[in-house]
Amino acid sequence: MRTLFSDKIHAPCSPAAELRPDPFELPFQSSLHSSRSASVVNNWLTQQFQNELPSTNETSYTHGAPNPLPPMRRKANPRFVFMGMRRCGKSSVQKVVVQKLPPADSLYLEPTYKVEHATMHGSFLHFESAEIPTQLPVLSPSYDHASIFSNIGAVIWIIDSQDEYFSSISELLRTAVFLAKNYPSINLDVFIHKTDGLSEEYKYDTFREVRQRVQDELSDVGYGHRSISYYQTSIFDHSIFEAMSKVVQKLLPQLPSLETLLTKLCATCRIQKAYLFDTVSKIYIATDASPTLLKDYEVCSDYVDVIVDIKQLYGWQEQVGAPSTSPPQQQEQQEEDEQRQNSSDAGLIGESIVTYDKTGDGYMFAREVNDSLSLICIMGKGSSVEKRVLIDYNVDVFVDAVVKIFQV
Amino acid sequence: MSSSERGKRQKQRKVLLMGRSGAGKSSMRSIIFSNYVAKDVRRLGATVDVEHSNIKFMGNLMLNLWDCGGQDAFVESYLTNQRSHVFTSVAVLIFVFDISSSEPAADLLSFASTIRALHEFSPNSKVFVLFHKMDLIPSVEQKTTVFRDRAAEVRNTCEAEGFVPGQVDFSATSIWDQSLYRAWTQVIYFLVPNAATIEAMLQKLADILDAKELFLYERTTCLIVTHVSRGPENPYPDRFERLSSILKSHKHSMAKHTGVMASEVSFAEMQIKTGAFMFFITRLTENTNIAVVMPSNEGAFNVARINVQLARKEFAHLDIVEKKGKEVQRVPKEDLEALSD
Repeated sequence: MRTLFSDKIHAPCSPAAELRPDPFELPFQSSLHSSRSASVVNNWLTQQFQNELPSTNETSYTHGAPNPLPPMRRKANPRFVFMGMRRCGKSSVQKVVVQKLPPADSLYLEPTYKVEHATMHGSFLHFESAEIPTQLPVLSPSYDHASIFSNIGAVIWIIDSQDEYFSSISELLRTAVFLAKNYPSINLDVFIHKTDGLSEEYKYDTFREVRQRVQDELSDVGYGHRSISYYQTSIFDHSIFEAMSKVVQKLLPQLPSLETLLTKLCATCRIQKAYLFDTVSKIYIATDASPTLLKDYEVCSDYVDVIVDIKQLYGWQEQVGAPSTSPPQQQEQQEEDEQRQNSSDAGLIGESIVTYDKTGDGYMFAREVNDSLSLICIMGKGSSVEKRVLIDYNVDVFVDAVVKIFQV
Repeated sequence: MSSSERGKRQKQRKVLLMGRSGAGKSSMRSIIFSNYVAKDVRRLGATVDVEHSNIKFMGNLMLNLWDCGGQDAFVESYLTNQRSHVFTSVAVLIFVFDISSSEPAADLLSFASTIRALHEFSPNSKVFVLFHKMDLIPSVEQKTTVFRDRAAEVRNTCEAEGFVPGQVDFSATSIWDQSLYRAWTQVIYFLVPNAATIEAMLQKLADILDAKELFLYERTTCLIVTHVSRGPENPYPDRFERLSSILKSHKHSMAKHTGVMASEVSFAEMQIKTGAFMFFITRLTENTNIAVVMPSNEGAFNVARINVQLARKEFAHLDIVEKKGKEVQRVPKEDLEALSD
């Protein structure tokens, strides 16, 4: 196993690193670049390094700049911080995405004066976030910036697109330069926020202008190679979750393997679009390689909502359980309980399917991988319900593979 | 002929939707019956005079909904020259109060004169009072106190006008959550003429299927008509309006995805299976769907699906029996009657 890594793996902070088999605990930087392989389950180790290359989408580009700092170990959970000017919506985003605040209630939020931490509970990823208030001089040399930036994976900079954003851009540039100098391994993502209510054209103009400006200025100071991703977001629709999904995905070492698996599944089962959803946060941690449309994400996300809500309404007997038993029967009861536990564990894998009257033969189905991870598929034309048996079998294989990926 | 006419009139239940201008009458009507989503209602203009809509509900209930514009000039005319036209043979009056109104006294006055007219022409009608826009009151405690105070005021007014307490129901509503569905579910339950029969049949079906819960809902509005539960009490008493709201938003999401009208979307079947329970929704009658919740058992689940398909015939039969018994509408039945005469 160890031979797969470069020497850099022995991170200074923990000599025991290589003994821990958790993929999340692997070093952050590596010079190893392996080729993409289809037989993923066995090759997961080689593949996860691909993730160190920033994913190639149209708004970001890769670079091979040498890393001046010793590699850092990333903790198990994806972590990120929200930054931005005052009143740009940092608290709203954090509350809505991480703490599930209804978007309408974000109007009543008070200004933030200290670093606010938030953790997503019960979700598959357990991601952690923090919000840095604008007035905190985190970039000044006297501030203990290591306490904030030392173990995070991404900085999310939020720009209020409905406000004057030039001051925000200059702050963003300062931050970008600071990060490039001191923490080059941290991803920088820019949310061009509050796009609800703007016209399509204006939205696009703002987006382009911000991107152009930041990129130009960064090139001028010699950091043009820094890859920054830009997203248009709003807390009042699904765009914020889609953007957060992409931010989180970049922090996942397993992403390429998952994507390959999903793409294969889609090809074999004629699935139009498949998502692997973190059920609680509604962030998707992987999707297949076909073009991603916000529309597809929306419908899947709503579908997850339906399933989660109905499960909540009728899954209550689980918690009630049977704690009231007389002592003599306890032993027996316990065994019975165990048995039931086992059998219900086997049957606990939920699945759901929706078929439609008037929309041709397309349908959707959902399959739980575990308590907090689900596979949601939009079936394409031509995969009729009769082929369910085959599809079920394939999905079973897929689910096993995913479980293995995360277990190793 | 006369019997068929009478049948028709009995079948149609007249529902008045009233309240002062800007209270939110048309908003709630659009959301419940016309597949609007909450934020779309901003686009609605003021209702001029009365907007009639007929909504077919179950096989044998036609809601004849009168959305009465609330501007003072219109209200004046309802109470004077249109008085008998508007207030005769009303089954239900839904009166909407804007909880955030700046002139609560005028609202109450308008309410008093409305129910005076109602008592005059349809003394046996039922009144549902909705305190709307509850979302504008921030804290929960305030919501309860405001609701209690206003309800007491309105109750006094009703009693002063001769309505007995059982005739009037109060609900706090908001278009931004499921409380709107709760209120309307009550209205529908009151209006469905053969609720008891349907419930008995559902109970029988539930026993056969060994289901934990069955509920029947209308497909376009997603309002739950009736339900039967077996076994231990579900800890979520508000689950039905939540389900209405869930199903409705699912419908919108599907409509958006497939690009068809929200009224066109209807699923053939939805299944959810988990370790704790199994759940499916499928078509039952022409415009209702049935949802079945049952213990987790794959075999029983599939049998239940077939049984529900078979039960469709029985429920279709139920509609016709009702028609034969109370209201004659279908041509063959009329012919039969004519022959026997």
